[in-house]
Amino acid sequence: MSIWRRLTDGVPARALGALGLLAALLVVAPFLLRFMSAGDYWLSILILVVYFSYIGQAWNIMMGFAGQLSLGHAIYLGLGGYVAAALYVNLGIGPWLGVFVAVAAAMLAGGLIGFLGFRFSLAGVYFALLTIAFAEFTRILFDHFKWVGGSGGLFLKVEADGSAFNLQGSPLLFYYVILALAAAVFVLCRWLLTSRLGYYWLAIREDPEAAQAAGINVLRTKLLAVLISAGLTAIGGVWSAFYYKSLFPESAFSMGRSIEVTLAPIIGGLGTLFGPIIGSALLVGLGDLFTSLAEWLANTWDVKTAGLKQIGYGIALLLIVMFRRDGVWPWLARRLGFDRQREDRP
Amino acid sequence: MSADPGQFVVTLLQAIAMGLLTGMVYGLMALGLSVIFGVMRVVNFAHGEMMVVGMYLAWLAFDRLGLDPLVSLPAVAAALFVFGYVLQRTVINPFIGLPEHMQFMLLLAVAILLVNACLAIAGPDTHGVQVDYMFDSFNIGPLVLDAVRVYAALAALVVAGLLWLFFTRTRPGKAIRAAADNHIGALVVGLDVRQLYALTFGIGAACVGAAGALMLLIVQVHPFLAIDYTLLAFVIVIVGGLGSMSGALAGGLLIGVSEAVAGVLLQPSLKSVFSFGLLIIVLLLRPQGLLARRS
Repeated sequence: MSIWRRLTDGVPARALGALGLLAALLVVAPFLLRFMSAGDYWLSILILVVYFSYIGQAWNIMMGFAGQLSLGHAIYLGLGGYVAAALYVNLGIGPWLGVFVAVAAAMLAGGLIGFLGFRFSLAGVYFALLTIAFAEFTRILFDHFKWVGGSGGLFLKVEADGSAFNLQGSPLLFYYVILALAAAVFVLCRWLLTSRLGYYWLAIREDPEAAQAAGINVLRTKLLAVLISAGLTAIGGVWSAFYYKSLFPESAFSMGRSIEVTLAPIIGGLGTLFGPIIGSALLVGLGDLFTSLAEWLANTWDVKTAGLKQIGYGIALLLIVMFRRDGVWPWLARRLGFDRQREDRP
Repeated sequence: MSADPGQFVVTLLQAIAMGLLTGMVYGLMALGLSVIFGVMRVVNFAHGEMMVVGMYLAWLAFDRLGLDPLVSLPAVAAALFVFGYVLQRTVINPFIGLPEHMQFMLLLAVAILLVNACLAIAGPDTHGVQVDYMFDSFNIGPLVLDAVRVYAALAALVVAGLLWLFFTRTRPGKAIRAAADNHIGALVVGLDVRQLYALTFGIGAACVGAAGALMLLIVQVHPFLAIDYTLLAFVIVIVGGLGSMSGALAGGLLIGVSEAVAGVLLQPSLKSVFSFGLLIIVLLLRPQGLLARRS
């Protein structure tokens, strides 16, 4: 079977068409935004949407495909960002080379956490707590790691001769880099799901004991999920470090950063390819909506209350979780007729 | 750190004593988490946020009515009980038995709401209480124990004792334990399990609310403490054994002492290295907790 056949097998034509349209729209979006007022602002929002869908997709491999709940993905984001940024700042090694070291470092950390967790058969909340513990450990470590600036942080300077070769430039550059990454990880995830490894993951997610009985090497298969997820997340970390140009252990390895990673795929629909994308668009959109609303309240009615926008965000999140507990995408896909299992269902 | 070994031992003992006292309050906080998990298998990811709500309520009582947190404690606990009861009935009950990630997201939303409600009402500044006995202390040999910590620890012990009496001597307490042991069996003998679950969540919330009121005697409150307390409560219940009441108290003491000792031996910024190290070791080698029986 050709790669294309394999990737599109069983996907309704209208879903493929819609996907093509979405991709085309995302490619030309920056040019369309030029004609809008506050186009730069909307581009920065779009960058956030694509970024969170990318790291959500990477997290989804571990949780959505293989069923291993990680609440410590900040460790891979942070390690990725720190390694590439430190190599560049301290040794002058550019990010296109540094990203390989960053990925290796994150995979090493993921391998260690995964091996320990799975070897000692931790699952569910227990495994999640192990991932949190390691992320917190790393945070404290980096707080005292002087080579990367310690708790004072690590900064990337804006350089006059900055170019795409050292990942410096306009938001447009960062947009296309993260868009290319998101597209690549989307195709990769689809390919993984149609591979033997993908089926092994689903088997383990649904019933680890049955998977083991069927002869799957559960430890190795779960480890592969962690390694791939960690490596991909680290690439996102490198991108984010060069985009934001500063890193602090306090935020880079924080619990909040880890939670951020999990939001889009869970809200969008765990284990689905579109879940992270829809979830990210929805959450970034809601965040922006409530920010504007809080600003409007402050300007028009002089209501200046801290935390107001997060309260709105929290209520929205609560309602989505309560009424779409499997995520928004499975429901939306049924409504749009993109549900490929539709004909198979009794 | 002093060069004199005698002085060093006293400093260490002092830290251990302080850690034990703070640890009692930690234990009470973790007790709430453990009770909720032990009975309905729901991991309360909003636990630290509920703790902070308790702290703010106690601060409001002090600020507006001049009430000592030790006096307002029953009212704070009662308020958190009602909150927990209603929250369980309306929001959490449909999620019992569902996968962890769904419960996690649900309680995360609750956590965001609680923290930001505190932020909206009290602002981002830190608040503390100034009680008359703030600078009092008890001298036991060479050790100097802060009065606030001693009172907070004693009160935590009293609340934990009351809880123990409730679970062993009263009918609803026994019914909750029955429902925790055997869900189907409890339904068969005609217990109203939904009601018992709501009661349990209320009790867990009251526990952490009481712990919050007591903690306010020791530390100042600001909204962003919440996530640290959630993590701390998790570390404690895992170390003591998730679902075990005595384990939560013992875990609280252990973590309280380890934090205090780490503050003396290493530097204060490294104090949670001990607790997270302990968490990793316990998770790997004894996931049922140091005290709990293997199930």
